[in-house]
Amino acid sequence: MILSKGIFSRPETGALLGLVFVWVFFAVFAHNGFLSIHGVKSYLQVSSEIGILAVGVALLMIAGEFDLSIGSLIGFSSMSITLLTIEANMSMPLASIITLIMAVFIGYCNGVTVVKSGLPSFIITLGSLFIVRGLTIAVTKLITGRTQIGGIDESSGYGFMHSIFSRNITISGVDFPISILWWVLFVFLGYFVLNQTQIGNWIFATGASKESSKLMGIPIRNIKVSLFMLTAFCAWFIAVIQVTTFSGADVLRGEQKEFISIIAVVIGGTLLTGGYGSIIGVMIGSLIFGIVKQGIIFAGVDADWFQVFMGVMLVSAVLVNGSFRKKYIHEY
Amino acid sequence: MEVLEKSTFMNINQLELDSIYKNFGNVKALKNISMSTSSGQINCILGDNGAGKSTLVNILSGVFQQDRGEYKIDGEVVSFSSPMEAMSAGISTVYQNLAIIPIMNIYRNFFLGQEPTKKGFLKTFDKESAIKTTIEELEKFDIKLENPRRAAGTLSGGERQILAIARALYFGAKTLILDEPTSALGVKESNKVVDQIISLKNQNINVILISHNIDQAFMLGDKFFIIKNGNMVEQFDKEQTSVDNLRTILGK
Repeated sequence: MILSKGIFSRPETGALLGLVFVWVFFAVFAHNGFLSIHGVKSYLQVSSEIGILAVGVALLMIAGEFDLSIGSLIGFSSMSITLLTIEANMSMPLASIITLIMAVFIGYCNGVTVVKSGLPSFIITLGSLFIVRGLTIAVTKLITGRTQIGGIDESSGYGFMHSIFSRNITISGVDFPISILWWVLFVFLGYFVLNQTQIGNWIFATGASKESSKLMGIPIRNIKVSLFMLTAFCAWFIAVIQVTTFSGADVLRGEQKEFISIIAVVIGGTLLTGGYGSIIGVMIGSLIFGIVKQGIIFAGVDADWFQVFMGVMLVSAVLVNGSFRKKYIHEY
Repeated sequence: MEVLEKSTFMNINQLELDSIYKNFGNVKALKNISMSTSSGQINCILGDNGAGKSTLVNILSGVFQQDRGEYKIDGEVVSFSSPMEAMSAGISTVYQNLAIIPIMNIYRNFFLGQEPTKKGFLKTFDKESAIKTTIEELEKFDIKLENPRRAAGTLSGGERQILAIARALYFGAKTLILDEPTSALGVKESNKVVDQIISLKNQNINVILISHNIDQAFMLGDKFFIIKNGNMVEQFDKEQTSVDNLRTILGK
């Protein structure tokens, strides 16, 4: 009894049940492709990119804030790296570092605007979502007259960047992208910070109660601003993976990633209102996303059903989280 | 026993306000407030809503600073720019609603902001020692925790207040300001908290109790400060007054 109570009060339990459900579902209805090692690779690859973003998004959400700008930050970063490399003749590693500084600065601006204004981050970063995307498209067109740029693979330093961010590791004849390993590392670091450090305790507290945290001397503003910088860093990281994978950039890269990463985080058991969540849950949420997205393709069903499936998963997860809230927070 | 208690009076902690004024715009929240409280006593601040009790608490706890007048600890003038500074001087406040974060677990609440870390390069949060200390400290207040990993929101209302009190004492509070510690509690839970407040006297803590409940305050208190419209209208020692007297002055 005590054991089962313990399990059901953990944030990742619902996600784990969801994972078992979708895996069995696609193992039955799409067994040919889905169960093969190609199938495993394809959903792990999709999961890893969302998973890396979701670690940053989760920490920020646990601290009580959203970042809707990360999708357009992916587009911005990938285009900035490509333009600086191809149009400004920089080596790709240098272009990437300059872009990293710009992206993290945008994250910093998001954070400072949110904590200084006291307005919901939802609105502030919805604004920067459009500002950053619009600027990316406008500036790219101004410079090149196009919205897609390729051919970065012939630039200096590309090989080096590719070997770090997009090389493949062959396991029984199938090429697994290294992004899966990066994902595991992000999950490990996120878990470590959140659960094993003082900062982790402050992140929980900041999201759970701003007022109580302030009284206990927790630097909530610094924590929030740092986490906005972290989500921007994650967006940049995905951008580098994409540029080295597709050897070019598209101004629309990263579209909807802000919503998908929030879905993965919420399915993983994190409360939208902050103060509660789990990085392991978020990893499972990202895995569910990848399995559903690729499983539907393997099942031979029209990919439009994917959105329906994810929507249902999201609403179910929020309902489960809601019942948790009622149980523990009504006494507040 | 007698001797032992006397010897602890060596580190007496006297808190004193001398002619304190505080305005918010045109509103005169506090006018010429002078008071003195000392260790081993329960000092009750009584008054209606809006009388200035919260402003007074906020000055004592370092949230606000007075416009005029002096705040002294053991005769020395002090000035706190944040609740943290007051806390490090031994003045802790347990707020009615903000004491505990319900969705965080008990030991994380206990060490919030002052987490113990393991030795070594990474300085990780030492959960084992946090859990051990939390259990030990709460046992001193008659709370047996089976599972300190439970959300603090699953504790009863009284237990949550006691958790906040235990935490303040563990981190070195010598003066403890309790803001309406039992107002949201039922009789049974309220009694649990009252028992522990009495035990604070024996630990030579300077307790400052803010309360609406005159009967309870009279039962607990050694000294009474009555505030009306920002003025300190009366000060009594227990033997100088009665419940009826307090009631008459407060108009209840």
